[in-house]
Amino acid sequence: MIVEAIGPGTGMIVVMTLIVLALVAYLLLVIVQLKRITDGLDRAIAGVGEIIQKSAPVNEVVDDINRNLDAGVDLLEGLLVKKAGLVDSVGLVEGLYPGAAAAGLRNFPESTRIEAPRIAEVYTKGTLTLARLGREAPIAMANPAGPVLRNVEYGSLAARELYSSVRHTNPEKLPRSPVIGTDSPVQYEQRDDIGQPRKRLPARPASP
Amino acid sequence: MTLWWIADALLLVVVLPVVVYLLHGVLSAARAIVPSVNRIGAAAAAGSKDLDATALLLTTKDQVAQTVAVVANYGGSLDVIVDDAEEAGA
Repeated sequence: MIVEAIGPGTGMIVVMTLIVLALVAYLLLVIVQLKRITDGLDRAIAGVGEIIQKSAPVNEVVDDINRNLDAGVDLLEGLLVKKAGLVDSVGLVEGLYPGAAAAGLRNFPESTRIEAPRIAEVYTKGTLTLARLGREAPIAMANPAGPVLRNVEYGSLAARELYSSVRHTNPEKLPRSPVIGTDSPVQYEQRDDIGQPRKRLPARPASP
Repeated sequence: MTLWWIADALLLVVVLPVVVYLLHGVLSAARAIVPSVNRIGAAAAAGSKDLDATALLLTTKDQVAQTVAVVANYGGSLDVIVDDAEEAGA
């Protein structure tokens, strides 16, 4: 009776129902995953939005910084060339930054064709800098192909003589350091007249 | 009648497994995307946090302007103090 009632149409309905149930179950799970993806993308978009917002003024600021630095470089290059001359300037740059002479000075294209004097080989960098600041040392005045201008082995004296200290002259005695405190041999007491109005001398009698 | 039963069998044996297989593939792909999206979100948040210091660029900009101004003043003084280089052959 029951078997006769289950015809091919009923079987079709049952199978179709199974297919629909499978569709529903899987699609629900897919919807849940898609919701998670949407939430994650929302977070990512918020982060990217912040990145865009925070990086927006960077170009303008960096361009401004570069403009200022360019002006500084132009100024210092011009000053260096004006004071030291183009040849010595190239030698100075080469001495401080070996290999930089090949690139030359930015505002002086002809500087790339100059053979850099061997400034760094005959003077230390500190001496060189001080000398270039007005101490009139004859740096790089000689032919770069010639001998060095100072004794390389004892050359530190030339650098030390640029300073006002007398220690490099090996004096027999140097002044002793002062002793201070309550036990010091010389006590410096506060004078009462300091800060007070100057005492007036008595008026001289009128000459006859 | 027999053809109907054959059709039922085909639906049950062929179509239903194919549908389940395809849906399972879609679900697996969707599940695989979720960790990637989460990592992207974390990276974006970290990148945004790294850019918190960009506001200091404004300070850097001002400092650079002030430094260049000081250098310009110093250069002006040096220009007055130090003699110009003598021209070769002068």
